[in-house]
Amino acid sequence: MQIPYTIEERPDTGLYNAKLGIWLFLASEVMLFGALFSSYVLLRTGDPGFMTMSHDVAEALHLEGHAHRWSDVLSVPLAFVNTLVLIFSSVTIVMSWASLRLKDFGKFRLWMGLTILCALGFMGIKAIEYSSKFSHHLYPETSNFLGVYFTLTGLHALHVIGGLIVLAYLWGPGSKMWKSQPQRFVNRVETVGLYWHFVDLVWIFLFPTLYLL
Amino acid sequence: MGGHTAEEIRGEIRRYWIIGLALFLLTVITVAVSYLDVSAGMAVFVALLIACIKGGLVAAVFMHLISERQAIYALLILTVVFFAVLMIVPIGTRASPIPMG
Repeated sequence: MQIPYTIEERPDTGLYNAKLGIWLFLASEVMLFGALFSSYVLLRTGDPGFMTMSHDVAEALHLEGHAHRWSDVLSVPLAFVNTLVLIFSSVTIVMSWASLRLKDFGKFRLWMGLTILCALGFMGIKAIEYSSKFSHHLYPETSNFLGVYFTLTGLHALHVIGGLIVLAYLWGPGSKMWKSQPQRFVNRVETVGLYWHFVDLVWIFLFPTLYLL
Repeated sequence: MGGHTAEEIRGEIRRYWIIGLALFLLTVITVAVSYLDVSAGMAVFVALLIACIKGGLVAAVFMHLISERQAIYALLILTVVFFAVLMIVPIGTRASPIPMG
């Protein structure tokens, strides 16, 4: 059986199936992250001690100064670099899609490969961040703030890993489709690109709300 | 979406790099502003404003929402409405707190 509208656009929506599908999925993702953001805002505004770290804990962590906040244990430089890495990966993935539309498969492989490297780089930096917290015995149960931090960044990291698997498939074995059904392959790259930009978009909001405020 | 001729696609590529550069600069500004000695309310406002601008650029240009089909706009309007409800929940809770013990 042939699945209709994998290449051509449906007359009623003007979209091919996968594009409508990914946008419906992203809409559900907005609600998933939205619910967690909402919980974070509720906890942070409702509990005056949400961000406050006790003097004993601050001393054990060798934090200087007097007033300590839980966000002080997070590394702004590492998160800043990760933000730049994700932004760059958004550019590279859209470049891989544009390369395919220009019928330049070699450039597609290059840009998609760079996107995969960025995703791996992001996860590597995230692993350094997490291991630094764990080495200081900072876990999700340590404080409400850290619970929110690990939940939000952990869920985001799972999305990066999911995207990484699909990107690697499209870069490797999945790219065979370019020879048999080129337009369908272009559509697949566009679809995973939309997902990847969403992952970038979520991080754009996570970075200031968790690390800087 | 977007153009289909090679020239139009090359025009899009230029735009992608410009937006990428703008996102880099806005990220640097976000971090720089966080080190300024401003009130908590102002810090939240500025950080979220910049994040919204960055998010808008990603959605409009990289996700090409600037020129999408009506079906996607309809879907996203519905999403925004429900997202707004989620964000109103904390405000509503603050406005009408449950009396404790």
